[in-house]
Amino acid sequence: MELVKVTIDGITVEVPSNFTVIEAAAKAGIRIPQLCYHPELEKVGACRVCVVEIVGGRGLGAACVYPVADGMVVHTNTQKVRETRKAVVELLLANHPQDCLFCQKNQDCELQQTAADLGIREVPYTGEKRHGEKDANNPSLVRDPDKCILCGRCIRACHERQGLDVYDYVNRGFKSIVQPAFGLGLDEVPCSLCGQCAAVCPTAAICEKDDTEKVFAAIADPKKYTIVQTAPAVRVALGEALGLPAGEIVTGKMVAALRRLGFDKVFDTDFSADLTIMEEGHEFLHRVTNGGVLPMITSCSPGWINFIEMKYPDLLPHLSTAKSPQGMFGALAKTYWPETQNIPVEDIYSVSIMPCTAKKSECVRPQLQSNPGIPDVDTVLTTRELARMIKNAGIDFKNLPEEQYDSPLGASTGAGVIFGVTGGVMEAALRTVYAVLNDGKDIPGIIFTPVRGMEGIKEATVDVPVNGQTVTVKLAVAHTLKNAKVLMDKVRAGEADYHFIEVMACPGGCIGGGGQPQPVNQDVRAARTAAVYRDDEANTLRQSHKNPDVIALYDKWLGKPLGEKSHHYLHTHYAAQPKDKVTRAK
Amino acid sequence: MAIKSLDDLRKIKTAAKQQAETKRLSEKKVIIGMGTCGIAAGARAVMAAVLEELEKRNIHDVAVLQTGCIGMCQKEPLLDIVRPGEERVTYGPVKPTDVPRIIADHLVNGNVVEDLVVAKLPVEGNDGESAAAKNVPYYSDIDFYKKQHRLVLKNCGHINPDSLEEYIAADGYEGLATVLLNMTPQQVVEEMKKTGLRGRGGGGFPTGMKWSFCQKSPGPKKYIICNADEGDPGAFMDRSLLEGDPHAILEGMIIGAYAIGADEGYIYCRAEYPLAIKRLKQAIAQAEEAGLLGEHILGTDFSCTLHIKEGAGAFVCGEETALMASIEGKRGMPRPRPPFPAVKGLWGKPSNINNVETFANIPYIFRVGAEEYAKLGTEKSKGTKVFALTGKINNTGLAEVPMGITMREIIFDIGGGIIGGKKFKAVQIGGPSGGCMPEHLLDTPIDYDSLIAAGAMMGSGGLVVMDESTCMVDVAKFFLNFTQSESCGKCTPCREGTKRMLEMLEKITDGRGEDGDIEKLEKLAASIKAGALCALGQTAPNPILSTLRYFRDEYEAHIKEKRCPAGVCQKLLNYKITDACKGCGLCAKNCPVSAITGEPKQQYTIDTAKCIKCGVCMSKCPFKAIVRG
Repeated sequence: MELVKVTIDGITVEVPSNFTVIEAAAKAGIRIPQLCYHPELEKVGACRVCVVEIVGGRGLGAACVYPVADGMVVHTNTQKVRETRKAVVELLLANHPQDCLFCQKNQDCELQQTAADLGIREVPYTGEKRHGEKDANNPSLVRDPDKCILCGRCIRACHERQGLDVYDYVNRGFKSIVQPAFGLGLDEVPCSLCGQCAAVCPTAAICEKDDTEKVFAAIADPKKYTIVQTAPAVRVALGEALGLPAGEIVTGKMVAALRRLGFDKVFDTDFSADLTIMEEGHEFLHRVTNGGVLPMITSCSPGWINFIEMKYPDLLPHLSTAKSPQGMFGALAKTYWPETQNIPVEDIYSVSIMPCTAKKSECVRPQLQSNPGIPDVDTVLTTRELARMIKNAGIDFKNLPEEQYDSPLGASTGAGVIFGVTGGVMEAALRTVYAVLNDGKDIPGIIFTPVRGMEGIKEATVDVPVNGQTVTVKLAVAHTLKNAKVLMDKVRAGEADYHFIEVMACPGGCIGGGGQPQPVNQDVRAARTAAVYRDDEANTLRQSHKNPDVIALYDKWLGKPLGEKSHHYLHTHYAAQPKDKVTRAK
Repeated sequence: MAIKSLDDLRKIKTAAKQQAETKRLSEKKVIIGMGTCGIAAGARAVMAAVLEELEKRNIHDVAVLQTGCIGMCQKEPLLDIVRPGEERVTYGPVKPTDVPRIIADHLVNGNVVEDLVVAKLPVEGNDGESAAAKNVPYYSDIDFYKKQHRLVLKNCGHINPDSLEEYIAADGYEGLATVLLNMTPQQVVEEMKKTGLRGRGGGGFPTGMKWSFCQKSPGPKKYIICNADEGDPGAFMDRSLLEGDPHAILEGMIIGAYAIGADEGYIYCRAEYPLAIKRLKQAIAQAEEAGLLGEHILGTDFSCTLHIKEGAGAFVCGEETALMASIEGKRGMPRPRPPFPAVKGLWGKPSNINNVETFANIPYIFRVGAEEYAKLGTEKSKGTKVFALTGKINNTGLAEVPMGITMREIIFDIGGGIIGGKKFKAVQIGGPSGGCMPEHLLDTPIDYDSLIAAGAMMGSGGLVVMDESTCMVDVAKFFLNFTQSESCGKCTPCREGTKRMLEMLEKITDGRGEDGDIEKLEKLAASIKAGALCALGQTAPNPILSTLRYFRDEYEAHIKEKRCPAGVCQKLLNYKITDACKGCGLCAKNCPVSAITGEPKQQYTIDTAKCIKCGVCMSKCPFKAIVRG
């Protein structure tokens, strides 16, 4: 890319010619306030809080969209710029509930931060405020239209990342709002509940449903025996919400914090991720050797499951029947654990900490009830909610000691950890499948890099020695539903000759999940990903089939992979979600 | 037949003219103005009455034709009678019941119906003035037309918009032939630059420059787009052109396409203009069949197709980038520029957008040449401008005037002054983006720059005339209400800011205004102008700023004295019964809320707390004893 020289507030920087002023300013060490701008989404110049003076330009320009040009001179801090920015934020606040003190996003809100930065001390306008009904009719997300500033990030995130186009602008003028088609609720439209909209929302207009009080209440209930599991991607992101840098592995502190919150047992979803590999890996082998439906597609990501059930119901037989790690752990928490510990199953309260808002919709699936009428996981908390609970309980997270998970459902391998990144489930499965087929001998070097990285769709082949011959297995990995769609269209058209496909709904996999701390961007995701791989490398055990607790569980209780008990507790089925209202309304 | 050369075109022209000539001496014609305006005024019923009357009288040698709008709104429906060798005589407003009389007296017997006649038009080929219409003034002699210079509207109301031949007979497609057969695209752009023509849609950007940007933009695929999303309240210039002379727009677009290197184009026309769309569709089909559009136009290597895209009536779609988004099937929302459409336009390709009236100028320009065209108008504003005259003016309608004419000439000479002899107060020009000009600016020459200097703008051509009974704060409120409802909702200053300005105006007109409100309005207006994304938002404060500039005292009267000087703002009105009251009790009897009490033959009183200010008492009082203030 050609470089151009731009002078911003007297500082000359050299930047690629496809930069916009906001990016060039960042390079000059100037942070221009921004609300609709998101570095990873299309730039639209809607909110106007980033206006700057372009010398020789007509009026003010929005820095987020204004392309740089060689010799351009920009002023970002003139009186006119400051006044205009202030007026913009005042106008937004005039149409905002201004209930920051009791808002879920208090101290975590970009509008609040911008107002603070711009020194707004009063809102000079009184008048009508837009009001819309809250939408909380789904297990995962709450939309509060009153807090929406119409920045359009959710529209773009849903369109650009997931290809679902759940949201768009409706109405004109002051009556303009952002909403799903025909004003329907998120439960009524084809929404995967992945939470990418919430992940980019600068205010509390789209938030995860806050279930922390339910969990506090269960912990406080002396009759309840509380079990908590923590997903692989939570440990590399939780620290961000508690003042630590992105990419810090906080597993030990997190375990300690959960104990201090009062959970009776703190277990690891990594353990059940290993279990998933055992079941899913064997299912894959079974399908290959018995002429089952191929390609087989992973089923860990609930946003993805919602998506395929809504958009590709004809492809459901391709899904692995193995439950997700959360689902498997939940099943054990409500069967194996009460049985072996002699606790009435009704007394067990099972919580999971997930990087994901869609997991909240997974745990209410009727299929995930090992005991009829009793959900295997009672409540799912996102990483953000756990961080709030930790703050609420006054826990000094940074200075906590490192503690270990409880046993025996706490042991895990590096294979379980990498479930948290795109390509991770595939790599973990390969590590086991390869060894199973190759007389227990490991895949050379253990790791399999072709499925790693942030490429949207990754394809790879792996040669597996089977009985002296070489079998080539074709793989594909997609993250974000938009990319999944590309693969599914190929599968549907019969043009996909893969054997195995991994899909994760969120960018980068679970580390970029809709329930993770904000803000999320490329750098943050990269730091979390690196941490996941570091964690894998630090593990002495890196293959699921080598997890001693998993081996013991099969020996003592489950029997063998795909066995009767496994079939009963560790596998599930899927059903189309037609979303009739949208089709009817059309 | 397909026209493959200039000769072919000339042949059609000659044939059409010959036909007209033969008919001139033999055929009787009844021509009815069937623009949307005419139809709304009742032209269809008039047409039906004509057909019925002819049938009844068993007359079969009369051609009953239609034409577009000639611009005299207040005289609609208009009906023309042409007798062999005589002038075309216009009647209006014609009621169906007038039709038998006009047919009997004039069409059959040759006697002009004097109480309904408007004017006459000479017919080409006729020799001198006919005796029959001796007392009827020529169009060019009546006030409404005397100062007009109809160049763009030349054919409107004269030719049959359904007929390609009539357009060709009126020199149509000659400009295109000149361009395609004798000029390179570069020469066309240069010629356009020489005309000094500026965009008629509102902004006034030089058309030649705009074309040259798009022409220089690299890429094999480019688009020419006609902005026919006329949306200013009270503006109907473009509708009239599209309905009355659709081929002129096509010809202008094809020339533009050739100049910039486009082989495809769109006419973005609001769906509320069904007749315009119908006529455009028909004109496109005719032009395609005649080889004037499509592959190898006029037998040259140049090909161009045109499509019509119906807009859903969003005002903001008049903004170039919103218009293109709408064509692409997206919600009509503007995007920031740069990149400009000339670089990245429709579907990411270089595109050039001009307004209907701009395109309507092009055929003439290439028929007579830039030099001749540039003789019209002022130094920096060339040519003519079509204005839609509305409001408190005697002659409403469409007037095309040379640039440089004064506002006074338009309003008082062409427009015939204020209705009921009331006092002129202001003229609003430029639509919701424009401003109000007061009496002392009436002698300002109308050109782009003088209007901007006066705090208004040329806009697309809406002229709303206001008299002393208009409240200027109320006018500002009207326009803000419009921009607020039509804001696309994308950018904060426009979406939220216009709402707050509107609320402040409502506060002032409701009598809740406070000291400092004007300053607050001015401050917010400045921020909106500076911060809004597109022209709609950037100019939305103009109606407030211009009324504040010239009528600040009215704002102050509302705020400080809680008084509306024009007596418009209802909440500020107070009705009082003066000592002219004879105690007849009619007011009390008619008051819907029983706010008036009194004894017979004594002065009645109004309980202002109860009064809803409906004004019924005032209209009922036989003694003018009730005053409002």
